[in-house]
Amino acid sequence: MAAVAAGVGQQWVLVEMVQAFYEAPAYHLILEGILILWIIRLLFSKTYKLQERSDLTLKEKEELIEEWQPEPLVPPVPKDHPALNYNIVSGPPTHIITVNGKECINFASFNFLGLLNNEKVKSAAQASLKKYGVGTCGPRGFYGTFDVHLELEERLAKFMRTEEAIIYSYGFATIASAIPAYSKRGDIVFVDEAACFAIQKGLQASRSNIKLFKHNDMADLERLLKEQESEDQKNPRKARVTRRFIVVEGLYMNTGDICPLPELIKLKYKYKVRIFLEESLSFGVLGAHGRGITEHFGINIDDIDLISANMENSLASIGGFCCGRSFIIDHQRLSGQGYCFSASLPPLLAAAAIEALNIMEDNPGTQMVFKKISGLKVVGESFSPALHLQLEESWGSRENDVKLLKRVVDYCMNSGIALTQARYLEKEEKCLPPPSIRVVITVEQTEQELDRAASLLKEAAQSVLN
Amino acid sequence: ILCDECGCFCIRRHTHGCGLSQRVSKDRSSKPVNKISAACINHIVHNGGLYKRPFNEAFEETPMLVAVLTYVGYGVLTLFGYLRDFMRQWKIEKCQNATEREEQKDFVPLYQDFENFYNRNLYMRIRDSWNRPICSVPGAKVDMMERVSHDYNWTFTYTGRVIKDIINMGSYNYLGFAQKTGACQEAAAKVLSQYGAGVCSTRQEMGNLDKHEELEKLVARFLGVESAMAYGMGFATNSMNIPALVGKGCLILSDELNHASLVLGARLSGATIRIFKHNNMQSLEKLLKDAIVHGQPRTRRPWKKILILVEGIYSMEGSIVRLPEVIALKKKYKSYLYLDEAHSIGALGPSGRGVVDYFGLNPEDVDVMMGTFTKSFGAAGGYIGGKKELIDYLRTYSHSAAYATSMSPPVVEQIITSVKCIMGEDGTTIGRARVQQLAENTRYFRRRLKEMGFIIYGNEDSPVVPLMLYMPAKIGAFGREMLKRNIGVVVVGFPATPIIESRARFCLSAAHTKEMLDTALKEINEVGDLLQLKYSRRRLVPLLDRPFDETTYEETED
Repeated sequence: MAAVAAGVGQQWVLVEMVQAFYEAPAYHLILEGILILWIIRLLFSKTYKLQERSDLTLKEKEELIEEWQPEPLVPPVPKDHPALNYNIVSGPPTHIITVNGKECINFASFNFLGLLNNEKVKSAAQASLKKYGVGTCGPRGFYGTFDVHLELEERLAKFMRTEEAIIYSYGFATIASAIPAYSKRGDIVFVDEAACFAIQKGLQASRSNIKLFKHNDMADLERLLKEQESEDQKNPRKARVTRRFIVVEGLYMNTGDICPLPELIKLKYKYKVRIFLEESLSFGVLGAHGRGITEHFGINIDDIDLISANMENSLASIGGFCCGRSFIIDHQRLSGQGYCFSASLPPLLAAAAIEALNIMEDNPGTQMVFKKISGLKVVGESFSPALHLQLEESWGSRENDVKLLKRVVDYCMNSGIALTQARYLEKEEKCLPPPSIRVVITVEQTEQELDRAASLLKEAAQSVLN
Repeated sequence: ILCDECGCFCIRRHTHGCGLSQRVSKDRSSKPVNKISAACINHIVHNGGLYKRPFNEAFEETPMLVAVLTYVGYGVLTLFGYLRDFMRQWKIEKCQNATEREEQKDFVPLYQDFENFYNRNLYMRIRDSWNRPICSVPGAKVDMMERVSHDYNWTFTYTGRVIKDIINMGSYNYLGFAQKTGACQEAAAKVLSQYGAGVCSTRQEMGNLDKHEELEKLVARFLGVESAMAYGMGFATNSMNIPALVGKGCLILSDELNHASLVLGARLSGATIRIFKHNNMQSLEKLLKDAIVHGQPRTRRPWKKILILVEGIYSMEGSIVRLPEVIALKKKYKSYLYLDEAHSIGALGPSGRGVVDYFGLNPEDVDVMMGTFTKSFGAAGGYIGGKKELIDYLRTYSHSAAYATSMSPPVVEQIITSVKCIMGEDGTTIGRARVQQLAENTRYFRRRLKEMGFIIYGNEDSPVVPLMLYMPAKIGAFGREMLKRNIGVVVVGFPATPIIESRARFCLSAAHTKEMLDTALKEINEVGDLLQLKYSRRRLVPLLDRPFDETTYEETED
């Protein structure tokens, strides 16, 4: 019954249509007809390029290809470039080091706690070598996760008193992969001017807005934060999704001083910014047990969102780690580029790091203090293990300064103290530090050796600078 | 066999030795025939054929039904994902994610909800296929720590038991140097006791040991280049040296499927990046022509230099780069070539020297030869080899030389010993035997899998074998079923691969014996029948049971 009615209804609509067709005025029909023809034409015509580029003939193109001369792949490097000729170290870079054939006392390697030559560390690494071989043959996701890695992560998390830790196989890649995992295009990062190169590369990879504040200047940082706040009030919707971060180092590699962490925490809660702390130099050095700058100032570690450090200084191994709450660290397991796309840390180095961590926990080291030298100024905190010696006043250009410092370094090396200039990539650094000699104080150095180094430097400075 | 289409040397009718067509194109009439034959004749006239050996690469098309079902599968998963998110939001289901601190609840949220949708609802279900912890040397057989999950993969607990002797088809152990005994391990142990594990300084400061100099000279000799430089991490080798070589005003032409490290290095350099289709030489030539003729985008200034980034073996596809053609193009258009041999060094070529050796080309034609030590040498790190000026420049201006710690001495010793072994300088023929064993294993394994009817991507000679799974549920099922049968495989899905092309990837090793391969093949066959993975519509004639003979060409297809 319904079908019949539907059929009748349909027929009725068709009849109406045909009637309307006959009754329509002629111009209407013609217009419709033209439109239909136009649609058919458009459907079948070829798509065209928006920019008709070349009016060039094939011959002209070939001539252009013939004529084009590229630059050489790399420009030639002058033979006396200071960074070209490396010092060759024969044997292990321990307290007594053989550089370029001469035996010297080592004031240049970042072996703060002297664990490079420790027998217990070496035997732990040997045991691991006998069990696992050398390489891991895969990234963490594909059979490259060893029980040693899991153990090291647990130990680090326990030591630093955080929920979780994650290991990277290269110190530089640690902070350079951690920052872009959280901060993306459109986010804002406030970073100290004296931040190290790894942080700068991480920031570049993240494509966020970078705002530099003067080194350790909290007033400048507050000014930038206030400016950002007033920007936010103009556009609250955007502000609600823009993440903000402050990136600072515990002990700055380029200047040897520490950051004022308690004030930073206050600013964090006032302006709702997250803090990323880079502790490569301060891990193992600051704090009663070596837990870093948070222990030094007595701050609750959960107040810092992410702590990143490398294991290549105090722990005398290779690699780096990040620690913090699980909410933050777990994200890097899928989006940290240096973690997902790279082979994991060789197990022998992880075992060496675990043993070094055990030793560090049991014996917190004591620090020696470096004395004043005339002609050169000592840059850095008194308890910092990595100091810089800069010229009191510059002798014209950076090149001249570098040459002078090289002569000082050579004088010292010839007399049995191994030193090195701090190396930077001059064109790549955002805020290039002045040329300096890097001096590293370790627990293995005795009082006499420090005195000897200081007097030798004084002699060198006097002979070279006068 | 002479191809009847264009008269050049080909092994199959479908894949031309001159490399003009890669996919089986059913409609050949769409291409003008004169163009093909003219180009082929050019190749024969100029160098007697660019390829000295047959180049067989195939990527079978996804069957239509499978593609549709895969999309349906993802659709169902997404719907359920939304449902579960809804239930979690309204507290009907317990939320097991870690959450923000109470004190920081009013901060801007660190993660966007949608970013993690895939993670929470799709990845979490099959998470047990990845990050499997092992507790022995990652050789041909490996011991795995057993772990179970009582809450659908949100957390894992270790039962304490160890699953022993799993056949390892996932580790990058191409030449079998992942060993806990042997010459390499002993040498590394000696160096470890002498030098210690760390170095604590950068190359330019006090971290340049005599071991590093020895390694670099050896690597340069191995590759056949003037000089080389080694770095501590393969990923970092790319991401820190490409910015040193090119900068603003330069052009980078990068393959579609390049590794994340190459992409990151290209981005950090600040140069303009243009992408050409995977292994497609016409696409590359068109980009080169356009670049030189039209110059920089708006100012029309000429480009300072052009750098082509390619890989030796692409690890997700198993394809080998068409190196003779790339070099011919590079010479014609005066650009520079950066070859990333992460997977192909040690694994290809009659003497194991990589893809340049495989094609019989001159190493000096490649401007920058980069590779890693992680895969075939059983160590860690990367290297760059090339002319002396290039290496001198990198020694001065590479980011890694100035700021990153140098390689650990025992790792360096492992590389030195394994390179000497491959070259035959340690007085044994172990190296050569391993290279040959790997080649045989590759051909045998790929042949048998194709006979069984699976869709296998990639080149016939590549030890990386991707087996197509397509559907999301099969990713987890394949991994788990193979583990039940004591075989460890690697499965990959989105975002490492396109969304419908998830796959299982086998990495062959010289340490795999024929018995292990046969066991693995038997189990793969079983699981393939169980999960209905035999999608291929081209069946190969099964090889008769005769000893493997290199001089025999493979039988042609139907």
